[in-house]
Amino acid sequence: MTSLPLRQVVATTAVVARAPRRRGRRPLAWVAEHVVLVALAILFISPIVFVFLTSVMTSNQTLSATLWPDPWTWNNYVEAFQRVPLARWFGNSAIYATSATLLMLLSSIPAAYVLARIKFRGANVIFVAIIIAMLLPPQVTAVPVYLMWSKLGLTGTLLPLILPNALGDAFSIFLLRQFFLTIPKEYADAGRIDGNGEWGVLVRVILPMAKPGIAATAIFMFFNSWNDYYGPLLYTSENPQWWPVAYGLATFRGIHGTDWGLTMAITMLVMVPVVLIFFFAQKIFVEGITLTGVKG
Amino acid sequence: MTTLAERTTGRAVIAARPGQQRARRRRLLVVFGMLLPALLGLAVFFVYPLLASIFFSLTRYDGLSDPQWIGLRNYQYLFTEDPNVWVAAGNTLWFVVIMVPVKLAFAFAVAGLLTRARRSSGVWRTLFYLPALVPPVASVVAFVFLFNPGTGPINLILSFFGVKQGPLWFNDPNLSKPSLLLLAVWVMGDVMIIFLAGLLDVPRELYEASSLDGANGPQKLRYVTFPAMIPVLIFSLVTGVIAALQYFTEAAVASTVALGKASVGEGIGATLGYPDNSLLTYTEWLYVRGFSNFQFGYASALAVLLFIVAAAFLVLFLRKVKAFMPEEATS
Repeated sequence: MTSLPLRQVVATTAVVARAPRRRGRRPLAWVAEHVVLVALAILFISPIVFVFLTSVMTSNQTLSATLWPDPWTWNNYVEAFQRVPLARWFGNSAIYATSATLLMLLSSIPAAYVLARIKFRGANVIFVAIIIAMLLPPQVTAVPVYLMWSKLGLTGTLLPLILPNALGDAFSIFLLRQFFLTIPKEYADAGRIDGNGEWGVLVRVILPMAKPGIAATAIFMFFNSWNDYYGPLLYTSENPQWWPVAYGLATFRGIHGTDWGLTMAITMLVMVPVVLIFFFAQKIFVEGITLTGVKG
Repeated sequence: MTTLAERTTGRAVIAARPGQQRARRRRLLVVFGMLLPALLGLAVFFVYPLLASIFFSLTRYDGLSDPQWIGLRNYQYLFTEDPNVWVAAGNTLWFVVIMVPVKLAFAFAVAGLLTRARRSSGVWRTLFYLPALVPPVASVVAFVFLFNPGTGPINLILSFFGVKQGPLWFNDPNLSKPSLLLLAVWVMGDVMIIFLAGLLDVPRELYEASSLDGANGPQKLRYVTFPAMIPVLIFSLVTGVIAALQYFTEAAVASTVALGKASVGEGIGATLGYPDNSLLTYTEWLYVRGFSNFQFGYASALAVLLFIVAAAFLVLFLRKVKAFMPEEATS
């Protein structure tokens, strides 16, 4: 139940690892362009700076016309864990994102391999079906799918969001297939001549070569489950015990109206893990650069 | 004539001896097994619900008693009586027609600027990309805070410049959508990176040749840059429009946070659309009818209409995105 993450993938994987071309340039134009860039950069960073500054203010300060915290207090971060079951929310998010990612890998890697490297009648039909399933808004199928889980008695848990990944995730299959296509098919053929069955080819030949692509797909699945709001709203809103942190943040209110200091502390806590993972995993994305074929 | 089994081998079959025939059949089973979970997934989570939605849309169904056949009554209600569906469709259309192009244009401009930043372009790139990484719920909550009329930094800064009564932003029905537009521009980093990669891919010789022909800046943009960027632009447009058609999270979270009061017991259905239905999107309305009011038959009619609109759009544009075409498998 994730919104279309395709652009995000293309973007991150295309974090271009090369310098732009150099051009002769008049100093005045250079200065003008950099003034615009610096101004834009300040505008783009300021929201995060204000969120952070507010998260270290006392609640009196957040209600006054101040932009700079005085004194600084980390109390909001402590209080956040006391006022709402933040640890549980993070735990739920971790359960959701980790198990969804593992199931997706188990089910989608073999399917993507077949679609990338084996020709058979009907392959194109299946591929187009996967593309359409990937692109259609999830709301189109939401009612019957919800009723299905409801009949199974599983609404109110995260299982309706986790279990479908055992039956393949359209977007991940698409992405993995794109990666597998970049591995020359001679490798698979050589593996077959060595006496491997298709599983043998996949596990011994393709998987070791496709590690960056698999890592990138896994990270995107993880991000999208971590960020998911619509899915948890549909299935767990009735049962706070299973709220993941993104959903919990959206429902957070102070007792008397919104407590911005506390809310911003929780917002920071939701933001930070994802950004940290990105910076640690950046190399993986750059390695998996060639995939999606948008560059035509 | 090639048999199915021969085709599955992925390479030319030299001879068909009886022993190999059996081995090939077993191999076919293995391949089918690898594909089986995905095929089941397509059947259970795509084909079945699509058909079921069409069926439910012709019924009255509360999820408890059996669906009652009512023919096209849901559609009649949708097109002639539903008080909010056209408001919701209009809001979604606003996001498709205004938000998507503005975001793309802005991303294009920033990407263009970045191609000129000679040094430390990696730092700029990361900096402008960073907001796109922020989880959507967190970025919406942050923006509602930044723009909150009481103590929000934006209105405080405006007051330093003498604007005593700052705008109400997310609490003003006329400004709530433009406020989300600002958010969309803030998270434009994903599109920008794609554009940047595309711009750096335009062969430099084309610019040099056009310079020799005496082309000026705008002419180069029109006759060199745009034609080379068309695949990238179409890709971003298709994915952007599809995302805007299902626009839900940002609008829903903005409404609940801007409303600000605890809505215990009412559920989210009561807060969606705040202020004044200005943020009620089509998919939110589907959510309200289906999952707050338990009118699953009517919600299915709304879903079928959404399907028709999205499918029509995909039919028009899908072929133009090379990566979505199966022929690539042969490359």
